[in-house]
Amino acid sequence: MSLEQFKNRNVGTQNYKKLDLEHSPTCGWCQFKQVVSRTFKPELFVGLWVTLREMGNALFRGKMHTTQYPFEKLPISPRYRAIHDMLRLLESGHYRCIGCGLCEKICISNCISMDTRYDENQRKEVSEYTINFGRCIFCGYCAEVCPELAIVHGPRYETASEQRASFSLFEDMLTPIDKLNLQQEYDGFGAISSNADENIKKTPLAY
Amino acid sequence: MEATILPEVTAAGVIIKAVLILAVISAIAGFGTFIERKILAFMQRRLGPMHVGPHGLLQLAADGIKLFTKEDIIPQHANKVVFAVAPAITAATAFIALAAVPVFPDFTIPFVDIYVPSIASDINVGILFVLGMMAAGLYGPLLAGMAQANKWGIIGSARTAIQFLSYEVITGLSILAPIMMVGSLSFVDFNNYQTDGLWMVVYQPVAFVLFIIAGFAETNRTPFDLLEHEAEVISGYATEYSGMRWGMFFIGEYANMITIGVIAAVVFLGGYNDFWIFPGWLMIIAKIAFSFFFMLWVRAAWPHVRPDQLMWLCWKVLMPLAVINVIITGIVMMLV
Ligand code: SF4
Ligand code: SF4
Repeated sequence: MSLEQFKNRNVGTQNYKKLDLEHSPTCGWCQFKQVVSRTFKPELFVGLWVTLREMGNALFRGKMHTTQYPFEKLPISPRYRAIHDMLRLLESGHYRCIGCGLCEKICISNCISMDTRYDENQRKEVSEYTINFGRCIFCGYCAEVCPELAIVHGPRYETASEQRASFSLFEDMLTPIDKLNLQQEYDGFGAISSNADENIKKTPLAY
Repeated sequence: MEATILPEVTAAGVIIKAVLILAVISAIAGFGTFIERKILAFMQRRLGPMHVGPHGLLQLAADGIKLFTKEDIIPQHANKVVFAVAPAITAATAFIALAAVPVFPDFTIPFVDIYVPSIASDINVGILFVLGMMAAGLYGPLLAGMAQANKWGIIGSARTAIQFLSYEVITGLSILAPIMMVGSLSFVDFNNYQTDGLWMVVYQPVAFVLFIIAGFAETNRTPFDLLEHEAEVISGYATEYSGMRWGMFFIGEYANMITIGVIAAVVFLGGYNDFWIFPGWLMIIAKIAFSFFFMLWVRAAWPHVRPDQLMWLCWKVLMPLAVINVIITGIVMMLV
């Protein structure tokens, strides 16, 4: 199928398919007949039945749609880019960031600011690390560039708060040390969602 | 007809009855808003109000607080007296109509020995009185719409007039056939007529359907909710109303729904007679509850009609049907 026929804007030359509609009645008697036939067609009762059936489905078969949002949340895709998390090494519990500065360098809105120094063992440690979430556009470059999988995007999308600073310090983003066993590995860009298999459907349009 | 000897109806009994009706019906009308939201939600597979109280039950209290404490605004160019009085007309007529309707079975208060009748006043033109009062209730929307100096209000009241002109004939004519059969206008006689025999709906199915249709128009329920259809005329006659004045329209509408439910139950569905093993009071409550549910159900399922379609339907389809129904009833009564 070429694009040709979509570019043709001349009304009347396209291949429209007409719906098979009845003619509207012209005489009074025909109108009356139409009313009578529509009145005694059970369509109105089909409508009643459908709503009643859906009520039964919702109440007794667990097909209620409502998610009571602040108390229940829908799972979000692993590709979702929300407030960042800083991950820890699973073995030692030390933060993964090696202070290479790549994320700071690549950030296109220039909102990561970090500082490093040598600690007493002459190892590099991160002394400052903040993200200015007033500027972050959640592009995900920082997570993509990080060689240590240290900075990732977490699932925290509720970012209303009294202060931006509530999210943006290194300690806030770092996995709490007591929750280390719950730390989720970031699947990264292009990751498929965990229920992707269920979501596969045949394309409904047959062209 | 020789009625069983009933205790004498005293003034105290009537007053108790009136207070009872006022209290119970207002409570039910308030509760009805909750039920309506819940049922509509379930039919759309939602949960409805959930957060105030268990399953949203205290939502009523929250709504009440909101309605009572909201600022009562009267628009600058409104006709202030009429604007203020109009909601009271709707609410008052709705309750006055309930005075002549049998709402609960009669009972005697023990110890003080006061007999409380089932009808606050069993006047001999019961049905006419109730229908007349409900019709007078439409002065509420009519005056409200015209008094508020708002174009949506004007459209709303114009639609009130249209609706009023359309359905009132059908209500009267549809109920005329049962009246002919019973030969009385009193609800008690209607009830007694169906004590032994079949329900009136078996003899008068057409009249029943017509009455239900007219009842939907009378209570502004969904297929005919032209007066305040928010997608077209903002809120129609209620556009400028806020707070308790708006709440009074609402209570009036729900009280009217109950009244229509009562009339349908008493005139067509066997009234408060015992049925099989179920006692009469349970039967009438069940019937009224079903009428109420049916109104919500229809609201969830059906679209609403245009004002001209309503007029067309009432005058060109329903009225001839009602007249034919009356004539056939008359002929059959003459022959049998
Ligand atoms: S997501 Fe983009 S804008 Fe935000 S900190 Fe990372 S690189 Fe910068
Ligand atoms: S790119 Fe990763 S390892 Fe390098 S400084 Fe940023 S977070 Fe740390």
